[in-house]
Amino acid sequence: MLEVADTETQNHGPVDLRAEFANAGISDVLYGLDRDLVGLKPVKARIREIASLLLVERVRQKYGYATEAPTLHMSFTGNPGTGKTTVALRMASILKALGFVRQGQLISVTRDDLVGQYIGHTAPKTKEILKKAIGGVLFIDEAYYLYRPDNERDYGQEAIEILLQVMENQREDLVVILAGYADRMEKFFTLNPGFRSRIAHHIDFPDYENPELLSISETMLARQNYHFTPEARDVMRRYIERRREQPYFSNARSIRNALDRARLRQANRLVAYEGPIQPEMLTMIEPGDLLGSRVFLENPGNTGEIDA
Amino acid sequence: MRITQGCFSYLPDLTDEQITKQIQYCLDNGWAVNLEYTDDPHPRNTYWEMWGLPMFDIRDAKAIMGELDNCRRIHNECYIRLSAFDATDTWESLRISFIVQRPSDEPGFMLTRQEVGGRNMRYETRAYVLQKPEGARYDS
Repeated sequence: MLEVADTETQNHGPVDLRAEFANAGISDVLYGLDRDLVGLKPVKARIREIASLLLVERVRQKYGYATEAPTLHMSFTGNPGTGKTTVALRMASILKALGFVRQGQLISVTRDDLVGQYIGHTAPKTKEILKKAIGGVLFIDEAYYLYRPDNERDYGQEAIEILLQVMENQREDLVVILAGYADRMEKFFTLNPGFRSRIAHHIDFPDYENPELLSISETMLARQNYHFTPEARDVMRRYIERRREQPYFSNARSIRNALDRARLRQANRLVAYEGPIQPEMLTMIEPGDLLGSRVFLENPGNTGEIDA
Repeated sequence: MRITQGCFSYLPDLTDEQITKQIQYCLDNGWAVNLEYTDDPHPRNTYWEMWGLPMFDIRDAKAIMGELDNCRRIHNECYIRLSAFDATDTWESLRISFIVQRPSDEPGFMLTRQEVGGRNMRYETRAYVLQKPEGARYDS
């Protein structure tokens, strides 16, 4: 038996992992990850590791050292706005490039999509979603809402059982990614040990540093054909520092909201502007557009608005 | 008598692997796959029972094979056909339809003749199984 394996290996000859890497098209995806996503160093490192593992696994399969399908279910934990969904989308294309999922679509769901409202409603609903996700990645955002320990008749438990069964028996058909805030996910896993044992990769998303957020804000603007004036860029840096100290700070999402408001103020300013408007004025965010924010008030108070 | 209806029906029955490939072809074209079953084999019986709803938004054939397996388990002695609906503008119709399961025994059709006015003859094909009520036709 051993001899047969040996000759087969010789027939295949040595393997060029780098070529495999390039052929899988995965280097493009990883490069894109590096280029498009600011920061997230530990996340990128983990994804690189997982990608290498999968690549080696695939080469091993080619040589007949096949083991059973690897467990690829993951959990993404981190604060709001740290890029969990964005990375999940990339993950789907990595898994597709390596052939560990067949189609590579990402189905993003929350509790509402899985759990029904009356007895007998949950199972068909969950199965319907699972059918859509087969061949791709099922991304369950805020997964801990599935389980409500205070209500023992909650239908979430039913969805959990179906999910666990599929995660175990149809590992080659779909990959489940659970996402949510770190502390609540931790509690969720403690209460549902079945999930923890079926999840191979736990990835923690760190908060962004201030310079990273600044660079994210510039990328976001550039994507919409706007840019900061140099002074506005300084104001943005101060904005980020102050915004972080305030409640409901959610990283990149807060930045996106702030920019949306800034665009609003810019539009207002341009409409009120007397005189001809130069084309480049349409793309410029000036300090005033940012300084109008509640964040810069001496005592912001609670206006009930978040990211205003 | 082996019923021939839809695509591939002059070929040997497709294996599951071949069915999977056909389904994936349909899905890759963006068609919605339907499963239907019946125990009335008459060729003019166009209204088959649907197994669930048309399956929109599905990307992988495995999901539909799962539904097909469920349908086969419940209706193990029925005809099951799989069709794919193309919703694109100006098509809006079925693009493919083929039988994916048939009863183990197909008794076929009886031809009856009826003499009508003059020396005219009226013909009727009637499936032997239709003598039994619906749901009991192919029970062995």
